[in-house]
Amino acid sequence: MIKFENISKSYGQTAILKNISFEIKQGEFVVLIGPSGCGKTTTLKTINRLIEPNDGKIFINGKDITKENPVELRRTIGYVIQQIGLFPNMTVEQNISVVPRLLKYPKQKCKEIVQDLLKLVDMPYEENAHKYPSELSGGQQQRIGVLRALAASPPIILMDEPFGALDPLTRDTLQEEIKQIQKKLKKTIVFVTHDMDEALSLADTIIFMDKGKIIQMASPEEMLQNPGAPIIKSFLSKQIDNGSNGNGSQKLFAEDFMRTKVLKVPKTSRTLECIKLMSSRDVNSLVVINEDDTYLGTVTIEKIKEQGQPGKEIADLVTAEVITVGRKEAAQVAFDKLLSSESSYVIVLNDNQTVAGLITRTSMAKALGEALWGEVQ
Amino acid sequence: MSGALLQGILEHMAIVSIAILISTVVGVIFGVISYWVRFLDSVILGISEILQTIPSLALLALLMIIFGLGNITIIIGLVLYALLPIVRNTYTGLKAVSPHLKDAARGMGMSKMQRLFKIEIPLSFPLIFSGIKIALVNSLSVAVMGVLIGANGLGTIIYRGIQSRNMETILMGAIPVVVMALAFDFGMSKIEKRLIKRAK
Ligand SMILES: Nc1ncnc2c1ncn2[C@@H]1O[C@H](COP(=O)(O)OP(=O)(O)O)[C@@H](O)[C@H]1O
Ligand SMILES: [Mg+2]
Repeated sequence: MIKFENISKSYGQTAILKNISFEIKQGEFVVLIGPSGCGKTTTLKTINRLIEPNDGKIFINGKDITKENPVELRRTIGYVIQQIGLFPNMTVEQNISVVPRLLKYPKQKCKEIVQDLLKLVDMPYEENAHKYPSELSGGQQQRIGVLRALAASPPIILMDEPFGALDPLTRDTLQEEIKQIQKKLKKTIVFVTHDMDEALSLADTIIFMDKGKIIQMASPEEMLQNPGAPIIKSFLSKQIDNGSNGNGSQKLFAEDFMRTKVLKVPKTSRTLECIKLMSSRDVNSLVVINEDDTYLGTVTIEKIKEQGQPGKEIADLVTAEVITVGRKEAAQVAFDKLLSSESSYVIVLNDNQTVAGLITRTSMAKALGEALWGEVQ
Repeated sequence: MSGALLQGILEHMAIVSIAILISTVVGVIFGVISYWVRFLDSVILGISEILQTIPSLALLALLMIIFGLGNITIIIGLVLYALLPIVRNTYTGLKAVSPHLKDAARGMGMSKMQRLFKIEIPLSFPLIFSGIKIALVNSLSVAVMGVLIGANGLGTIIYRGIQSRNMETILMGAIPVVVMALAFDFGMSKIEKRLIKRAK
């Protein structure tokens, strides 16, 4: 689908991309990763001709892209940037429909596209379409950024560290969503990141770059088993150092993998403040605690919307659907519970039944990676 | 007498409005050209700056030699005089649009013109508007000098007052100029604040 043939780019004397060649298949989720300044963004921007290489050729579906009009080419390729890049002078609806309008789709069709896309990320049209970007939370803004890239149904989407500026919980949610979207809409995605966790949880294929060259191009599993170069190993072990613990995998407990940043609210909170909190922090559920700080259950935004009454306490809406584990339970047990559970996380409790943290699917993926490279230094 | 005053105010307003309309169009166009064509920016900004440093009386005298007496000449003078704040603010505003947004607009497949009209001008509009405000407020007072080159407006009343040493007549011409300048400055500053707030 996308083919790089000996692409080189330099600014003055400085070579930025050195003879890069690779091929991406239709429907593949490819993640470009590597240290800062290694040329990831430059590589990405050569695909939609925001940057013209000095040497080499790029083909999309067999066609040399330099033979196409760059403006028209870009309308067939979705583009999401790190700084979000929503146009502040346009509403959510106008932002999403930028490319369809450039392509002169009829008005009604543009509106339908916006409605369908907002549905895809659970942001009701009536509530959101006419807001300006500044009225949205960071996570919601980047969702709109992603939807804007999808609007004209381009077969290819380029994403440059799209979730880099978001807090970890929001990032998890968006990663999950983009993965779902890709599966559903069968897009070819080229995604830039410098976060190995993100690469591992998203990629079909990881391209590791350093100093303008491709060091390794492999599936996540293969890269885990066979890091192609010392720099890849060190890149991986850096992630591990950021982790909580370097013990052997057999001694790992639930507490070693939990996130301690948990949004907790007392059961006496009112529905309205909970909704506000959820939307400002971009989560769709909250952990609810008793007066003595012990764990009571969780409350979801759907539940509040369905049954909540403004000004009422949330205690009645709390459910115990989410599975809990003790912090000293084996990590493996916690993971098994998470995998068999409906929800996207499990709650970790202290011995005195207060909330210690939670384990999400991403923290689990990270843990598995750490276990594999535990001995790499 | 009040008929003459009303007429003076209306003429004054008409002259200034026409001049500001023209210099807004010309100024924004020159601002865009300086933004687009790298080496032209210092040339265009330099010329607008020189125009503004010429004392207004001297500029009007020069124009009178070329264009003769009358309203046209004062309008041309006002246009030249009002150019600098509008060109400069347009240029500065366009330059200041975040490079990420320009990148995003290019990446979405907008042509140069589409980027200008859909993104860059709307986002620099608060600054362009502020340039227009400065130009308008200045022009209201400079237009008084139109009387010296045979133009209409409140200048004629003031001039008549000076010649007949009639303080009352002088004030009758001068006060509306001051009031209009203050009113426009106040009103447009309010709008400007709202524009800036909305842009955030
Ligand atoms: N317009 C430019 N002029 C000169 N050097 C540039 C330019 N753009 C990028 N570079 C340099 O190219 C290198 C690669 O940049 P980039 O592709 O943005 O890296 P990455 O996205 O991997 O962090 C960096 O060292 C950067 O300083
Ligand atoms: Mg980059």
